[in-house]
Amino acid sequence: MSDTGFDASERARQWRPPPLIASPRLRWFLGLGAALYFALAIGSLEVNWLRIYEGLDRGWAFVIAFTNPDFTTRWTDIREGLIESLVMTVTSTAIGIAISVPIAFGAARNIAPLPVYLFCRAIIAVSRSLQEIIIAIFFVAIFGFGPLAGVITLSFATIGFLAKLLAEDIEDIDKGQAEAVRASGARWLQLMNYGVQPQVMPRLIGLSLYRLDINFRESAVVGLVGAGGIGATLNTAFDRYEFDTAAAILISIIVIVMIAEYSSGLIRARVQ
Amino acid sequence: MPIGEQAGAKVWQRRTTKHQLGIWFGWLLGVALFLFCWKQISDVTTWAFFWDVPRIAGDIGGRMIPPRWSYIDKLWVPLWDTLNIATLGTAIAIVMAVPVAFLAARNTTPSATLIRPIALLIIVSSRSINSLIWALLLVSIIGPGILAGTIAIGLRSIGFVAKLLYEAIEEIDKTQVEAISATGASRWQVMAYGIMPQIAPAFAGIAVFRWDINIRESTVLGLVGAGGIGLQLSSSLNILAWPQVTLILIAILVAVVVSEWVSAKVRHAII
Repeated sequence: MSDTGFDASERARQWRPPPLIASPRLRWFLGLGAALYFALAIGSLEVNWLRIYEGLDRGWAFVIAFTNPDFTTRWTDIREGLIESLVMTVTSTAIGIAISVPIAFGAARNIAPLPVYLFCRAIIAVSRSLQEIIIAIFFVAIFGFGPLAGVITLSFATIGFLAKLLAEDIEDIDKGQAEAVRASGARWLQLMNYGVQPQVMPRLIGLSLYRLDINFRESAVVGLVGAGGIGATLNTAFDRYEFDTAAAILISIIVIVMIAEYSSGLIRARVQ
Repeated sequence: MPIGEQAGAKVWQRRTTKHQLGIWFGWLLGVALFLFCWKQISDVTTWAFFWDVPRIAGDIGGRMIPPRWSYIDKLWVPLWDTLNIATLGTAIAIVMAVPVAFLAARNTTPSATLIRPIALLIIVSSRSINSLIWALLLVSIIGPGILAGTIAIGLRSIGFVAKLLYEAIEEIDKTQVEAISATGASRWQVMAYGIMPQIAPAFAGIAVFRWDINIRESTVLGLVGAGGIGLQLSSSLNILAWPQVTLILIAILVAVVVSEWVSAKVRHAII
């Protein structure tokens, strides 16, 4: 066998991974389309290099501030803001859960009649499709500035999240257990209490803890539009370029979120 | 099974008395905490405004209808900006999240004691700060505009993408990786041929899912000056042009529904 023949067969045997999209035409079309889109999108960015250059100092100041956060100068404001955020979180999560549980039962197709189902699903859809911050703007306009608007916003947002996921869990329950309870002659309320509720309880606890965590993070945001909490303090700190105070607030938020995530992980592991 | 006695007859009970008391006590603590917190909120609330609510809500609702349809001409460019913020932000996040995810996954990290905690810290910091706060920060650093919004979306999404991706990496089938390394593949070749094909579907799903969330989030970034349709919303709110606000909300709703539909279609096609 000559050398050239050996090379040719070797080359023919060389393996290549199969392409992601089988049709070459579609592959080229998608690739070119993506390239064109990115060119257009990046073209529309309107980067003002001079402004960015001026801002670099401030950016660097912020990075430095993170290594040297200032908790002391505005400590009273930070403490009050954080406590208000925590209070809002607890209140709104409790109210949200209390409202979501009945709605979740109504939105589960296997236990609710069709009209109730559609009504509850509509509530969930409305709550889910609007951003917290937009809801907060309206509630601030209606209820006035302060944490009450924030609490109502977060409770409303909790419904969409908790009721939807809980309803899905109720739809997935083991029918046999519910039937066994019903066969013993249980009334509707007893059926819910002994046939359905024990099956979804671990999930409800897990979701509630998760939502508690989300509500704390969101409570930092709704303050930007005047709905109470740490957001207002943070906004003021940025507006006055007090980056060391802003860094202190951000670090506090991160630490509280980490503690919440860690402890909710522990509780969930015990419950499930 | 706990059994209690009632008037001499044995009765089935769901829990023992001790367990029941414990649950009751837990509820007591929870209700007390709630009431305490509610008191704090109530103390700083002007309840006189609260009783006014139906009238105010009716008033605003009346002003919002009908929407000012002609205003839609001024919304096309902001909508295009919103789309760009979300897409470019997601692209930035993906590029930066992949290395972070590989550093954070237990089975691919170069050092579990030193590098993994740093990667996890990046993920937590990015996740615990909302994109609006990132935007607020970036607007004060690089000035208002689409760029600030794009970077804010990117920074916020790193944590989300990296977290889901590193969980996917930790769940891969080890035997395939071993098979590739048994052929004498280098570290990079193992990644490219042993790990990447296994996480590719999850990766694409995560990217599209995050893009969908980012469309939702980029619609409100304008409230802090970071570009997109939120700028129009903010200026309409400031001049109390409620019919315009209604139209913008409708536009946002349509954008969100369309992006959700697209993302569901794409994920369905991939997985």
